[in-house]
Amino acid sequence: MTPIEVNVERTAGDEGGGRRHPNTCPSCRSHFRDDELRHSLRVCAQCGHHFAVGAMERIEQMLDPGSFVEIGSELRAADPLAFVDLRPYTDRLLDAELATGLGDSLVAGSGQIVGRPTAVAVMDFAFMGGSMGSVLGERFCLAADLAVARRIPLISVTASGGARMQENILALMQMAKTVGAVDSLREVGVPYISVLAHPTTGGVIASFASLGDVVVAEPGALLSFAGPRVVEQTTGEKTAPDFGRSESNLRLGQLDAVVPRRELRGELAKLLVLFSPAEEEPTGDNEPLPQTGSDENPVDRVLGMFGLGRKRG
Amino acid sequence: MVRVSDEVRRLRKRFEARAEESQIWDAVQLARHPDRPYTLDYAERLFSDAFELRGDRAFSDDEALITMLARYHGQTVVAIGHQKGRDLAERTRRMFGMPHPEGYRKAIRAVELAERFGYPILTFVDTPGAYPGVKAEERGQAGMIARSVLAFCQASVPVVATVIGEGGSGGALAIAVADRVQMQENAIYSVISPEGCAAILWKDAGQAKKAAFAFRPTARACLDLGVIDTIVDEPGGGAHADLDASARLLDTALRQSLAEAEAIPPAQRRALRRAKFRAMGVWGVADEPTNQDF
Ligand SMILES: [Zn+2]
Repeated sequence: MTPIEVNVERTAGDEGGGRRHPNTCPSCRSHFRDDELRHSLRVCAQCGHHFAVGAMERIEQMLDPGSFVEIGSELRAADPLAFVDLRPYTDRLLDAELATGLGDSLVAGSGQIVGRPTAVAVMDFAFMGGSMGSVLGERFCLAADLAVARRIPLISVTASGGARMQENILALMQMAKTVGAVDSLREVGVPYISVLAHPTTGGVIASFASLGDVVVAEPGALLSFAGPRVVEQTTGEKTAPDFGRSESNLRLGQLDAVVPRRELRGELAKLLVLFSPAEEEPTGDNEPLPQTGSDENPVDRVLGMFGLGRKRG
Repeated sequence: MVRVSDEVRRLRKRFEARAEESQIWDAVQLARHPDRPYTLDYAERLFSDAFELRGDRAFSDDEALITMLARYHGQTVVAIGHQKGRDLAERTRRMFGMPHPEGYRKAIRAVELAERFGYPILTFVDTPGAYPGVKAEERGQAGMIARSVLAFCQASVPVVATVIGEGGSGGALAIAVADRVQMQENAIYSVISPEGCAAILWKDAGQAKKAAFAFRPTARACLDLGVIDTIVDEPGGGAHADLDASARLLDTALRQSLAEAEAIPPAQRRALRRAKFRAMGVWGVADEPTNQDF
């Protein structure tokens, strides 16, 4: 009756229709070599369009070099329903693994950002549309377990068309399972920061991705429960071009910030400082606040590293 | 190669045999039967007193989802359920049982009330899904479903959920995280409707039957996969054939499940409920390391 999930097979940013080289900017048609795009964090140098980023490359962008340690990499989907649509689920899984080099649509582990430890759970839209199945749920829980055990924050980066239909009811249950993991973080007071990338829809945005203590999104990302096509087909309503986009969600109160990719690592570093325990401050009521870049204040120290120093009177 | 457990192999064998296909489509149709009993039909028959709690205290009253204080076998419970309409006017008013965010906000309000007074929560799941409209999206449909799931995760009171018709997607799960989950014999529970699944995977909504056969939204499959605890019998011909008999059968199962949920020590309920859902999912282990070079 009502399809709720968006089409998981749809490629990110193909709204314009027609085939396009993956390194051609869909908004300004500039074309880039892959190394150029990698160097620019896959942001169009001409217009600022944010291309999709694979999970491993995202981890490279976010974390201190060499700090990432993966967990749960051995887990693979098991196809309990022996699901066949136009093709067997197992064939689709094999293709996805060959195309991405990943075992499923989420990579979990731990690492550091500007020297501060954090657990991470990073999704890859290229693996079956970033769909959520049993392996995603278990890997997300492993990342949360690690955060709870070490009392370090969890950062997730999502890009998903929704739940993985080939696992049907088990896929739906991953919503409960991942929200349970978020609850385990809340129980012990471990911070959870959710970064929403294009697109984060369906079961993923209706579960863990919406429950960050802080939720930020990349510019122009589609963030909605139902995608625009499903809304138009089932309700007959027209959707505006900015339907479900990050900027609309910010305006409607669903997000804390829209953060361009070039600023993401810096903003995450700032949040890790803000969520860290209080530090000894020099005593004395009238002492001036430490200057930008001073070793006294960790927020300023981190901001200084990114050239984002705060002005002080 | 992916190594899987013997249990997964057994499941695959069972499902590969493609048995029970006629029952699957029967269930899809019975679950959506226009005369099938809805939440209020059961409330009338199961509860001696009931007072409907209306409104989310923020925006409006979403009639696709109802919440009530009710007396069940001598004790007060909080009942939460989707509600479809009987005739076209009521169906339209109740959005065919598809809640907007304010419906889930009302559910969260009811969970909080139950928590304050220590009342058990009984939920009745019967929705094609959360309403996929522009206004619902603008008011934060996804986030409100997530917060409702979280509220059910965090409740320390006993919670029993019963899928009484269509358990459609996140809109159903939003009120279905419970200590005991039941499904009526001909109810269906799935991540997407058969039509939606067919439209996406078969590129043709007309292939809904094929999709239903492939993804098996039945009570039996949900039980086999460890997603539900109990299948609740229905009268011959389906729940709509005899509402009173159907309510009696539900009552028997509900009393049993509620007793089991009440037997869990309150201090452990949240952790055990979380562990219950943590265990859901089936995966194998790769023999080879990831990130091979190709
Ligand atoms: Zn561009």
